[in-house]
Amino acid sequence: MSSESVRAFSGRDADELTIDRLSRDELVMDDVRISPDQLEQQAQVAEQHANPQLAANFRRAAELALMSEADVMALYESLRPHRATAEELEALAVTLEGVPAPLCAALVREAAAVYARRGLLR
Amino acid sequence: MTDQRVGRIRFMDQQRVNLDGFAHEDVDLGLIAMASPHDPDPSLRVEDGRVVEMDGRPVDDFDALDALIATHGIDLSVADEAMSLDDVAFARLFVDPAVPRAEIVRLVAGTTPAKLAKVVTLLRPAELTLAMTKLRARRTPSNQAHVTNRLDDPLLLAADAATAAAYGFREVETTVPVLADAPSNAVAVTVGAAIASPGVLVQCSVEEAMELEMGIRGLVSYAETVSLYGTESVFVDGDDTPYSKAILAAGYASRGVKMRVSSGAGAEVLMGGAEQCSMLYLESRCVSLARAMGVQGVQNGGIDGASVAASVPRGVRELMAENVMVMARNLEACTGNDALMSESDVRRTSRTLPILLAGSDYVCSGFGSIQRYDNMFGPSQWNAEDLDDWLAMQRDWGVDGGLRTAQPEEVGRVRREAAEACRDVYRYLGLADFTDDHVDRAVDAVGSKDLAVDGVEPDPMVVLGAAQAIRSSGLGSLEVAKALLECGYEAAAGRVLDMLAARVHGDHLQTAAIFDESMRVLSLVTDPNDYAGPGTGYEPSEERQAEIDGIRQARGVEDLRKDQALEADGSFRVLGPAAQGSDPREVVIGVSPGVGRNVWQTLSGLSVIDALGELLAGLEEEGCVARVVRVNGSLDLGMVGLTAARLSGSGIGIGLQGKGTALIHRRDLPPLANLELYSMAPVITRDLYRLLGTNAGRHAKGATPVPARNPYTDEAIEARYHTSVIALVALERACVDRSLGNEDVEVVR
Repeated sequence: MSSESVRAFSGRDADELTIDRLSRDELVMDDVRISPDQLEQQAQVAEQHANPQLAANFRRAAELALMSEADVMALYESLRPHRATAEELEALAVTLEGVPAPLCAALVREAAAVYARRGLLR
Repeated sequence: MTDQRVGRIRFMDQQRVNLDGFAHEDVDLGLIAMASPHDPDPSLRVEDGRVVEMDGRPVDDFDALDALIATHGIDLSVADEAMSLDDVAFARLFVDPAVPRAEIVRLVAGTTPAKLAKVVTLLRPAELTLAMTKLRARRTPSNQAHVTNRLDDPLLLAADAATAAAYGFREVETTVPVLADAPSNAVAVTVGAAIASPGVLVQCSVEEAMELEMGIRGLVSYAETVSLYGTESVFVDGDDTPYSKAILAAGYASRGVKMRVSSGAGAEVLMGGAEQCSMLYLESRCVSLARAMGVQGVQNGGIDGASVAASVPRGVRELMAENVMVMARNLEACTGNDALMSESDVRRTSRTLPILLAGSDYVCSGFGSIQRYDNMFGPSQWNAEDLDDWLAMQRDWGVDGGLRTAQPEEVGRVRREAAEACRDVYRYLGLADFTDDHVDRAVDAVGSKDLAVDGVEPDPMVVLGAAQAIRSSGLGSLEVAKALLECGYEAAAGRVLDMLAARVHGDHLQTAAIFDESMRVLSLVTDPNDYAGPGTGYEPSEERQAEIDGIRQARGVEDLRKDQALEADGSFRVLGPAAQGSDPREVVIGVSPGVGRNVWQTLSGLSVIDALGELLAGLEEEGCVARVVRVNGSLDLGMVGLTAARLSGSGIGIGLQGKGTALIHRRDLPPLANLELYSMAPVITRDLYRLLGTNAGRHAKGATPVPARNPYTDEAIEARYHTSVIALVALERACVDRSLGNEDVEVVR
């Protein structure tokens, strides 16, 4: 949405994603991956359009953008029902804080409390 | 005998609508569309900025859905105002054009699930249509297609994806009968869509974890099969919780992949977990949850459970109310019309029509653009055989249902290019080799059954091998773009790259985003719906309106003139002015002004010469003397016949119009009376013209002929021929010239 240049996860300017560079094998996956900064930009746009929840999702996404594919998938798996104990979820939250991914850590803790009450822990 | 139902009832029992299941309401099973007596009364109590009671349930009893909704989903700054608003007054805001969308969105953000369900229950069908017109997020409507086949055949998938894109679908959803084939399907559909159009979003609907993996790898550009359910027990049966789904949503966004969740009536009933609540209330919980989780959109309106909702009273109304709740919560609405909900063409049209008229972010969340048997989601509400119907409905109402006519040459061209590109890419990437014959078959195939050679279908191991190679090599869309480029498909390569570049910007992550064909993002942000009554809101551009109006079957006078000219020959020769005959055996056949000049073929397909030939033969059999006269002064059949009768020595005449209608007239009758009339030109056969000739001869001789019965048809004969009739009349009208009088004509056969 902004007029200034948009950078990919790799730091490459989005305007550099051209067929020429593709043909010279200069583009890698991180050149077509969104950056946390850009997700924050989108969060602000969502906020301005009456959807703070969508903004919050983009901010959690900005944290996940720092993580590997495998770690994102493992996080999802841990939150499925009966996958993790209360201790495991707390350990996960601590790990997330270290990423740093404090918003995702907060969501995990919130889930852990609900899971404990609703019998959804392992 | 007495037990036997009468024929009228037996006949009705055989109609297709009676293949549908209709259920009595059963509250215990949740078989109730709206307003179950067990739906909670709306309530919201807040203490110290924290929800302590929602819809009658105290915080300590909150299930996982309640907990996430209460913590994240309700705007407490407007909750008091919204919850205390009278339900009827609230419902009126939905339809009042003077109340802007933003005001509804503001208030609804403060409502609980039970409150919103209660308010939309008050909306009648026409009011739902108006509410949808006003509340959908994006101004420009759109549509989504299913592209799948029984064999997961990549070449056919590519050709069909290209076809869907050519018809205007801006999202294409594929899935697999064999899970492991998924990466191959994603690549094939991506290639096919890119051949036909820039900016087509592609998804491959499979199990959650695999779908996420493909999204992260860039093999798909959006995801939709992220299911929500209205009760905790069903949610957990589906192996997820609201929290795991919330993380999944963030996971997609973290890689710049658009996603929406999927819910809709009937799922809880089918899984035996409706907890005596109405479908609308449970769906209201799903929609509230979707907003609370922070996803941009919802696919609902029944989906797989649409026929469950449709089995109970007001069920179809409930399906539309679900969509309106999504829009009111400021989310993208992908409005069902997905799984086939009835065997009856009338019922399925009835279910979809109000949404088509209102316009939606996606009118269908899965128009089956392929054969029903090839739809691996199951047959859709609308399928390949309905594409022309859809285009005609858009044109009839002057509305944008997201589709456009693809010209036959264009469909042929993009199918060939897509199948060849897919073959070349698979070969280049070392995934599989396909023969030229396989390409040819995929291009021409109506469906996957047409791919078989001597009854043998393509080897399924080829697709499986390709899919495994994609997965194990970590191949993604960058490699697909490169392969397209290396194989000489530069435009398509650029389009795949553009979709990847779009992820870096993330503008398409905003609510209700699609790309137009110039790669502009149309969304709540860039293309907000601004409907505020007549004269406002979405109106197709002139160019778009021309697409909607210009279906390929439309014809005009010039088309007909050309068709008629193809049949022209030199068999009519004017002899001179027609005089009054005196032979009592004479019968004059009057023809209308265009016959043998610019009109040569009747509506039945018979040439005017053949029709005349039969009339002449019939007269000859009765021993009459026939004369053909062109009546130049009138194209009215009665006047043509009466003129012929007055010129005839016997006082009996036959009138024949170019379109094929014919009658017998007598000189002392008024113009609009006649002895026998064939009015149904399209179904008049040679035998009937012969009989008309014979009967005219008998009238001339004073005998009493057996009148011919007009042929009967139950087809929509007027719909089929009226455009031709109007054009034929225009051609004949151009030949009317009173000054030429009546001319004797010789017909050389």
